Amino acid sequence: MAMPVFFRRSLIALALGASVSSTAAMAQERELLNSSYDIARELFAAVNPEFQAWWQEEHGEEIAISQSHGGSSAQARAILQGLRADVVTFNQVTDVQVLADAGLVAEDWQEAFDNNASPYYSTTAFLVRKGNPKGIESWDDLAKEDVKMVFPNPKTSGNGRYTYLAAWGFADQAFDGDEEQIQDFMRTFLANVAVFDTGGRGATTSFIERGIGDVLISFESEVNNIRSEYGSDDYEVIVPPMSVLAEFPVAVVGPNAERNGNSDLAQSYLEYLYSEDAQRLLAGFSYRVHNEAVVEEFADQFPETELFQVEDVFGSWDDAMEAHFAGGALLDQLQRR
Amino acid sequence: MRRIGDAPLVRRLLIGAALVLSALFLLLPLVAIFAQAFSQGMLVFWANVSNTFTLHAIGLTLMIALLTIPVCLVFGVALAWLVTRFSFPGRRILQTLIDIPFAVSPVVAGLIYLLLYGRNGWIGSWLDTHDIQLMFAWPGILMVTIFVTCPFIARELIPLMQAQGSREEEAAVTLGASGWTTFRRVTLPNIRWALLYGVILTNARAVGEFGAVSVVSGAIRGQTNTLPLHLEQLYQDYNAVGAFACAALLAFIALLTLAAKAGLEWRASRREAFA
Amino acid sequence: MSQLTLRRTGSARVLPGFGLSMGISVLFISLVLLLPITGLFGQLAGLSLAEYWAIITEGRVVASYMVTMGAAAVAALVNAVFGLLLAWVLVRYEFPGKRLLDALMDLPFALPTAVAGITLATLYAGSGWMGQLLEPMGFQVAYTWVGIALAMAFTSIPFVVRTVQPVLEDLPIEVDEAAMSLGATDGVAFRRVIMPHLWPALVTGTGLAFVRSLGEFGAIIFIAGNMPYETEITALMIFVKLQEYDYAGASAVASVVLFVSLALLLAINIWQGRFVNRLHGGKG
Repeated sequence: MAMPVFFRRSLIALALGASVSSTAAMAQERELLNSSYDIARELFAAVNPEFQAWWQEEHGEEIAISQSHGGSSAQARAILQGLRADVVTFNQVTDVQVLADAGLVAEDWQEAFDNNASPYYSTTAFLVRKGNPKGIESWDDLAKEDVKMVFPNPKTSGNGRYTYLAAWGFADQAFDGDEEQIQDFMRTFLANVAVFDTGGRGATTSFIERGIGDVLISFESEVNNIRSEYGSDDYEVIVPPMSVLAEFPVAVVGPNAERNGNSDLAQSYLEYLYSEDAQRLLAGFSYRVHNEAVVEEFADQFPETELFQVEDVFGSWDDAMEAHFAGGALLDQLQRR
Repeated sequence: MRRIGDAPLVRRLLIGAALVLSALFLLLPLVAIFAQAFSQGMLVFWANVSNTFTLHAIGLTLMIALLTIPVCLVFGVALAWLVTRFSFPGRRILQTLIDIPFAVSPVVAGLIYLLLYGRNGWIGSWLDTHDIQLMFAWPGILMVTIFVTCPFIARELIPLMQAQGSREEEAAVTLGASGWTTFRRVTLPNIRWALLYGVILTNARAVGEFGAVSVVSGAIRGQTNTLPLHLEQLYQDYNAVGAFACAALLAFIALLTLAAKAGLEWRASRREAFA
Repeated sequence: MSQLTLRRTGSARVLPGFGLSMGISVLFISLVLLLPITGLFGQLAGLSLAEYWAIITEGRVVASYMVTMGAAAVAALVNAVFGLLLAWVLVRYEFPGKRLLDALMDLPFALPTAVAGITLATLYAGSGWMGQLLEPMGFQVAYTWVGIALAMAFTSIPFVVRTVQPVLEDLPIEVDEAAMSLGATDGVAFRRVIMPHLWPALVTGTGLAFVRSLGEFGAIIFIAGNMPYETEITALMIFVKLQEYDYAGASAVASVVLFVSLALLLAINIWQGRFVNRLHGGKG
C-alpha cells in the first residue's frame, strides 16, 4: 500500500485522539447515559443542558450526559446484551418490562415514579393534506374505499403498534365487541395502507417527500412536529375523538447505574422530567404532560379526546402482543390476501 | 485484422448503450447525493460537516477502517497462498468457509457477535465479570467490521493466483530464493492489482458498513457512532441535508479510493508500455 | 490431467509457507467466522425440529422467500446482460471517458448500502427525478417488486463486470482472427467463439450477484414498501423477529438464508475450480 506516511500517522493520531478524549472525559466528570427512542433526540438535546445546569446549581458538580437513540426494542436489546445505560426513556411499556424481567430494572418500576413512571404521554393522531380533501375525522373514515394511509409497520415499530391498537379499540367500541365485525373493519383498514415503512421517520418521508397516501398516522407530538417542520399551510393535524393512550415510560437501570456510580444522578434525572421546567419543555415538543400549571398554559394546543388504556381493551400488553403481533397471530391473519 | 464487434455501427451502439445505462443507473444516484447535500448551499453543508459529533464519527470510522485493513490483508494473502499453492484435503471447504460473511445478512452478523460477546453470551459474561467491554464500544465495531470485510481480499486473489499457477515461484525457490523473497519479488508484483482492488473493497465496506455495526455499536453520539450510523440518525432527525452531507462525505471517500485505484493502474500501464 | 496432479503434489514440497499460511487461515476462520456462527446454532438448538419447520414455513416468511428469490433472480439476469455489455465495451473499445466509466463500476461496492437505499428511493419515488419520468408512463418502481430488483441490481452489478472483464482481457487475439477468417458475422462469431470462453466467468459473476442480493437489507428496505405478502424481503423478516426478541426465530430464518447462500457459493467454487483445471489442462 502506497499510502503516504504522514497521512497514515495523522490518521492514527486522529483515531487515538478520539478514543483518548472520550476516556479522559469519563475520568474527569461523571457521565450519565440515557438510552432513548428514535425521535426523542431533539427533545433530550433540549432537556439535558437544563438538567446539567440545575444539577450544577444544586450540587456544584459538573456532569456530562450522553444519549443513545434507536428503535425502542433495539435499545432494550442492547441493554440486555451489555450497553451500560443508566436510565431508559422509552416509548413502549413492553420494552421496559423486558428489562424488568431480566432483573435490570426494578420489578415495581411503574410505581417508582408518578403516573405509571410516565412523565409525559401522547396519543395517535392524523396528519392530512391541506383542506382535508378526504374529510378524515375519525378511525372509521380510514376504512373508506378511496383512502390511502401511511403508518409504520406494527411488526417493527411501537408507533405502528399503537396505531393498530387504537383502530382496534375504536372498532371494539363501535361494534360493541363483536369480534367478527371488528376483524372485518380491521381487514379493510389494513388494506388501505399504502406503504409499511419500518420506522416512524420512514413513514414521514413516504408521506411528505414522496407524496404517498392521504393521511399519515403517528404520535400526536410527532404529527405536530412534522407539521411545523414541513409547513403548517400544507398539512392539517386531526386528533380523532377517541384514541389510545401512549405512555412514555422511564426507569433507572439499577445494576448499571450502581456500577457507573450514578444511582443518585439517574434518579434525579428522571425526577427532573416531572419538574415544571421540564414539563414546559416537553409540552413545547407537543407531548401531553401532567403538571397542572403547564397543562393550563398549553390547553389550546391539545384538543380534548377520549383516551383508552391498552390494558382496558386488551387485558395487558403481554396479551395484546401475543394475540395480535406474534408470528401468525391476528395481524398476520388480517393482512393475508 | 478486424476483431469481433469492430464494425462502426455495432461499436457506437454498444458504447452508447453502455454509457447511457451507466449514467442512468450508476452516475445519477451519485449526482443526487451531492445535489441533496448542497441543496441549501455550501454554508449549511459545512455547518453539518464541522459539527463535533460528525467530526468524531469521521475519526472513529477512519480508525476502524485503518485497523481492519491490515488484519484482512494478512488473512487474505495467507489464505490465498494456502489454497492456490498447496493441495490438501478440505481445501474447497476452507475456500467456501470464507464466504460465510457473504452469506450472512449483516444484521445477523452483528447479532451473532452480540450473542457471543454480549453480557449474556458465554464469552461475554466472563468479560463482564472482568469489566472488559467489547460490545457497545469500538472493539466490538472493529470485530464485526473485520467479519464482514474479511472475504474481499482473499476472493480477489484466489482466482488470479489460481490462473497464474505457481511455476514462477517454484523456479525462484529452486534457484535458492527464500520464501519471503520469493513472495516479495515474484508473487507480489503479479498480484498487486488484485491486492489493491481487494484493499479498496475492504476499505469501502469497512467505512460504509451499517447493518452489522448498528447492532453492536449502541449508537452513543460522540462515542460509538460511526459515520453511516450518524447519517441514519440525522435522517431520523428530519435533517435530510445533514444526512446527505454525511452521505456525500462517504461518497467522497469512495470516489477518492476509486480515483487512487484508477491513477495507479494508469501509471502501471504506462510503465508497461515503456518497458 | 495426470501431469497436472503431479505438479500440484510436487508444489506442496517445493514452496514454503504451508504451515504459516495454514496456521493463520485456520486460526482466523475459527475465531472470526466459525466461533460466532456457533452462537447462531446455539439458538437453533433450543428449537425442536417441528418448531424450526413451523417457523421457516410460516406463510408470511415463505412469501418473503418468493419475493427475495424472484427479485434476486431478475436482478441477476439483468446484471448478466448489462454486466456483459459493460465488460465488453470496457475491454474492447477506446472512447473518451472510458477510464471514468471503468472507475464508476466500483461505485456500488464503495457506496454504503444505506446511502444507496436512501438515494434510490429518493430518485425513483413519484416525486423524484426518475419517478417523475416513469410514473406518468404507468411504470411504478418505488414501493413495488421492481424497486427491490432495482436496488439488488445496483448493489451487485460490479460482481458481473469484475469477473468477466479479466477473462475477456486475457482472450488471445487469435480467437477473433480465427472466427473472422471463417467469414462469420459478428453475432454468430460472438455466440460461437467468444461466449464459450466467457460463460464460466459470467455464471460465476451472476451467481455471486444473486447470493449478494439474497442477504441485502440496507439498500432495499427504503424502496421496498414492505407490504406483507407482497414486498417483504426475507432480511426484513429476520429484522422483525429481532424486534420481537425472538432470537431463535430470527436465527431459524437466518439459517435458511445461510444454507441456501453457502450451497450456492460452494457450487460456484467447485465450478470455478473445474473451469481453471480445464483451462490449465487445455494449455498443458
